[in-house]
Amino acid sequence: MIWAVALAFGTVIAAGIYLALSRDVLRCLIGLALAGNGINLLLFTSGRLRTNKPPIIGKSESALLEAANALPQALVLTAIVISFALLCFSLVLAVRLIKSAGSEDVASLRSAEPFPTDPVKPPLEDAS
Amino acid sequence: MILAVLPLLVPLATALLCAALQGMPRLQRGASIAGAILLLFCAVALVRQVVLHGVLTLAAGNWPLPFGIEIAADRLGSALVLVAATMLTVTLVWQFSDADNAPFSPVLHPLLHGLVAGAGAAFLTADLFNLYVWFEVTLICSLGLLAHGGALRQLDATLKYFVLNLFGTLLMLAAIALLYGATGQLNFTALGEAAARNDSSLMLPLVGLLVIAFLIKAASFPFFAWLPASYHTLPGPLLALFSALLSKIAICALIRTLGGIFLSAPEALFAVLGWIALLSMVSGVLGAAYHWDMRRILAFHSVSQGGYMLLAIALTSRTGDAAAIFFALHHSLVKAGLFLTAALIFRHTGHYDLRRIGGLYAAKPGLAAFFLILALSLVGIPPFSGFWGKYLIVRESFLQGEFLWGGVALFVGALTLYSMLKIWLEAFWKPHPDRNWQPHPNTRLLSAYTGLGGLTLIVLWMGLYPDPLIGFALDAVATLRGESP
Repeated sequence: MIWAVALAFGTVIAAGIYLALSRDVLRCLIGLALAGNGINLLLFTSGRLRTNKPPIIGKSESALLEAANALPQALVLTAIVISFALLCFSLVLAVRLIKSAGSEDVASLRSAEPFPTDPVKPPLEDAS
Repeated sequence: MILAVLPLLVPLATALLCAALQGMPRLQRGASIAGAILLLFCAVALVRQVVLHGVLTLAAGNWPLPFGIEIAADRLGSALVLVAATMLTVTLVWQFSDADNAPFSPVLHPLLHGLVAGAGAAFLTADLFNLYVWFEVTLICSLGLLAHGGALRQLDATLKYFVLNLFGTLLMLAAIALLYGATGQLNFTALGEAAARNDSSLMLPLVGLLVIAFLIKAASFPFFAWLPASYHTLPGPLLALFSALLSKIAICALIRTLGGIFLSAPEALFAVLGWIALLSMVSGVLGAAYHWDMRRILAFHSVSQGGYMLLAIALTSRTGDAAAIFFALHHSLVKAGLFLTAALIFRHTGHYDLRRIGGLYAAKPGLAAFFLILALSLVGIPPFSGFWGKYLIVRESFLQGEFLWGGVALFVGALTLYSMLKIWLEAFWKPHPDRNWQPHPNTRLLSAYTGLGGLTLIVLWMGLYPDPLIGFALDAVATLRGESP
């Protein structure tokens, strides 16, 4: 099963990276969110995949041998909360940016770093 | 010891208090400054305690190690916390002046304290996943500070900063997941022991992935694009705070991982890091040479100076790591001071672009003196602080037979001098392009000069009397390697 799961996560992450390479702002952000979810799943799997086994160390054992480790499940909850907060922020940011710039093409969003008009010198930066 | 978590609790509490007081701007500002000064006291007490009694540890919930989340205040972490507290205080004091200060907004103070809380905790934590969480806290707060001005160029800069930093975050999380899967540990000490036992061919890609994530956050070649794309849209004091804190968190994490936890990592990793460091130094300094906006020149120099710290880490010796720590402390203060000087130049002339200003040496000789001290410190002219950092790095490279690395470090120093001379000649020496220009008559700059003066005094002390600090850095390296100094 682990190979099927690894293949699935790989596909999710690859799809996310593909979207993130897009020039469209929203696609790029959604791609990053998708890749982030793929990596969250990777974190989840780092504590082994097992079903029907409670994570309890038996009386005669000293380590959790068969069941899935519960710690990565706690870690992935934290990671999900953080990535969700960042996704919300980034969507609001994208909407504000697209509205005020009037474009959603990343290549034309150059107001922080305007294109040089002179072959040698950078454009004059305005005082604002 | 409760003192070890105060650098995290005090700013978090202040952030909450400031958020609660957002309807009352004067009260909010007072609470914010009080919180910063309290943090400064805590940081001084922490450094003193750590120097006298060694590492202070605290495991959350009294869980036995390596299961509990451990906060371990060692010399490296507590010194960087002190730098963070100093810079926060300077930033907040600066807000009383009118030199390109951050526009008032109810979220400004909570975000500033949140940023410092995240940075302070990231400096002190001894748990890999906890480190990731604090990286995210600083990321969220810095995004808020970048975007809260709301101008188009700031939003544009925020997007680029966000996308590239989030990519670094994702790689870090993937590396943490894989490292946990391979070793079953998150605590730094336990992780180091488990990594030494593990097969090095398995550890190399995992540690490499973690290092790449930190390199993105440290703005090194070829991942530095977010830094020069975003920093120059910030108001002066925030720019100084960002340059002092953000990339230092990643540098601190790199010193901890490569100089302590994964010291047994294969040689190849350090060799690659050395070449990345060279390319960062050269590309940063060439980017700076092209630009004429002071903020952008200095932002590109952050990339190049970051390269020196990476080079020092790549040398994998005690002196190398100590030089990296000394350089990180020196660079935080000097670069912040230079950004603040640029903000003062902006206040007097109305422009950051060197082609539109001039004549400041005649009009403001005091400002020229501040700039000269800080610029020569950055370049590394003796007896200023940058000299000692660069001297240690170049000497160590030559002693290890890495003549190319040391030679490039010297050459980049010369190019840094070129950029600083450009600012000096254009802003201070040449006459102002407008013959009738007069410096702005009504300025409120007392608090700005106080903050800058304080920073410059610390920088001068580091340069004229570097011995205690170098000894401190060597002791910090010994602690990182698990010995008692």
